[in-house]
Amino acid sequence: MERDPCVCVMGEDVGHYGGSYKVTKGLAEKYGDLRVLDTPIAENSFTGMGIGAAMTGLRPVVEGMNMGFLLLAFNQISNNCGMLHYTSGGQFKIPIVIRGPGGVGRQLGAEHSQRLESYFQSIPGIQMVACSTPYNAKGLMKAAIRSKNPVILFEHVLLYNLKERIPDEEYVLSLEEAEMVRPGEHVTILTYSRMRYHVMQAAKTLVNKGYDPEVIDIRSLKPFDLYTIGSSVKKTHRVLIVEECMRTGGIGASLTAAITENFHDHLDAPIMCLSSQDVPTPYAGTLENWTVVQPAQIVTAVEQLCQ
Amino acid sequence: MATAFSSIGVIQNPHCESRSVPSRKLYSAVLGSTQKFRFNPPSRSISGCSETLGKPSPIYAISEVFKEKKRKSASSSSGLLITKEEGLEVYEDMVLGRCFEDMCAQMYYRGKMFGFVHLYNGQEAVSTGFIKLLKKEDCVVSTYRDHVHALSKGIPAREVMSELFGKTTGCCRGQGGSMHMFSKEHNLIGGFAFIGEGIPVATGAAFTSKYRREALNETDCDHVTLAFFGDGTCNNGQFYECLNMAALWKLPIVFVVENNLWAIGMSHLRSTSDPEIWKKGPAFGMPGVHVDGMDVLKVREVPKEAIGRARRGEGPTLVECETYRFRGHSLADPDELRDPAEKARYAARDPIATLKKYMIDNNLANEVEFKAIDKKIDEIVEDSVEFADGSPQPSRSQLLENVFADPKGFGIGPDGRYRCADPKFTEGTAHV
Repeated sequence: MERDPCVCVMGEDVGHYGGSYKVTKGLAEKYGDLRVLDTPIAENSFTGMGIGAAMTGLRPVVEGMNMGFLLLAFNQISNNCGMLHYTSGGQFKIPIVIRGPGGVGRQLGAEHSQRLESYFQSIPGIQMVACSTPYNAKGLMKAAIRSKNPVILFEHVLLYNLKERIPDEEYVLSLEEAEMVRPGEHVTILTYSRMRYHVMQAAKTLVNKGYDPEVIDIRSLKPFDLYTIGSSVKKTHRVLIVEECMRTGGIGASLTAAITENFHDHLDAPIMCLSSQDVPTPYAGTLENWTVVQPAQIVTAVEQLCQ
Repeated sequence: MATAFSSIGVIQNPHCESRSVPSRKLYSAVLGSTQKFRFNPPSRSISGCSETLGKPSPIYAISEVFKEKKRKSASSSSGLLITKEEGLEVYEDMVLGRCFEDMCAQMYYRGKMFGFVHLYNGQEAVSTGFIKLLKKEDCVVSTYRDHVHALSKGIPAREVMSELFGKTTGCCRGQGGSMHMFSKEHNLIGGFAFIGEGIPVATGAAFTSKYRREALNETDCDHVTLAFFGDGTCNNGQFYECLNMAALWKLPIVFVVENNLWAIGMSHLRSTSDPEIWKKGPAFGMPGVHVDGMDVLKVREVPKEAIGRARRGEGPTLVECETYRFRGHSLADPDELRDPAEKARYAARDPIATLKKYMIDNNLANEVEFKAIDKKIDEIVEDSVEFADGSPQPSRSQLLENVFADPKGFGIGPDGRYRCADPKFTEGTAHV
């Protein structure tokens, strides 16, 4: 925001309140009420407003207080955000960033625990990235803001408290690249967002059991980084996808199709995909835990895959 | 306590009593001559703003302003509402709209254009009346009934016709079509197929204007945005959400409702609990104006005030134009539901004929001059068809070109290269 005065933030409670998860804390005091705009509760319209502002020269960052609320903005995101660059014959670019916390939290109930990446992935003309660490959150956010394309940045409700030492000097990550978290030889585990932590926890157990998993945080949910993924598949020949999306039509489903299409010959076993159950996330803690993939399931899956 | 249903029609707002004095001042700024037309014009018994309402949002029927101006200017030397020059410019623009749309119908039935085509015949006064008072930098947002808005804003007829034919020389390279006219050069930001979805985009354009002025310190930036939409849209949530935001932040936008009484086959009266759309403005704190949209001279008076208001930073205005479409909703609509007597009544108020009569009666122009303009427009429209006909269809290489502003968005392929570096990408044969 300091580097480019055209960058502005809009969303509910982003200004005076500092953001419902404090992502925009202190920004309104520094940049004023217009650059950090507290909107009324009208997702479809303020997202559309962000799109109109992007078309006319600004670089808005629109926050969905919870990603689930962006379902109300689906009209604008699908019809306008993704499509207008093409429909206008390339005349208008829409350098907007739409971001917010999503995913399953701690007993937030079904509607606040949604994973919208699967719903948005078919929209042509948008890019989707999911951050998972303080380091990649900063790098991806900068990249998304500077990109000429509309980018949806998925954050996770449970990851805001992570602490990490990050470089003082400026860095920008690539929106299209995946991140190699742990190189390995036996199996490729593809994951993103919070599930990365469940995977790493499972990895510890797996290493103790003698396995050598390669863990890749795909980061770019649309488009997939088929080079990093492919190189890994060609090395290990076994793929496990661990995601928080629903089983049906999730990112994992698309990824399975993409890998099968491109790297079928290199697979020694069918791709395994661990996703959340196709269940509205229940409130009860025990039930909630069973809808989401847990480290123990990941360990079992790897053992099965490597038989 | 007076309620909204009282026939006296005055709402006392206990929260705003202390601010009655400033409201008076603002009314004078809006209307010029002050005392006459602020509240509850006698012809309407409506619930509306009263002197005690702090929020300065007058309701007035524009016909009142129009009559007053007529009376005022009767005492001035010319006594006319428009000069000859302006009149001929307005006439030409309306005839261009009419002629173009008639040609569209012909071309559609000859199989030159396809899909959904929505014609604007009968509503020309609104497009011309508003858009001709804009600067090039001002933005216009329209709906699927956007051909004439595009023409009024300055997009050449050739580019619009080519777009309709789906040719690469169209304003959107053939990728938008009838319902998606865009022009960066002329600041037409759509062309939207779903009703209401352009209104937030227009609000965003207005937001940019305010942002430029206040956050980027471009103090001379006073660009205004016009959002056109119909009566059916006024029952949609996006309309109300944007009225709220525009009034809240005093965005430089004018919401223009083209109330042609019909949303395909749904009569406005059958779908709307309170059909007087202009009354909804003051509920959000902005003036609501009703105007006869079949008479371009009456229509023109409204944007002079409303656009001025927006430029000065006083905020949005909601304008309801009573108008009518002479043809069906689209070229696929058999138009069987509307009463022929209703159609005849409005046909008698044809905006082009009305203007022509006014100008002839007041010796502003003669038949010869009008005929010359008619001929000129005929030639322009014929030329646009020839141009469109002769233009090339988009080639395969155009298929993937504008999906992303930065084509890196197609991602990295299995070979490690960005997909857009693949020559099949530029040929349009790559699968993305």
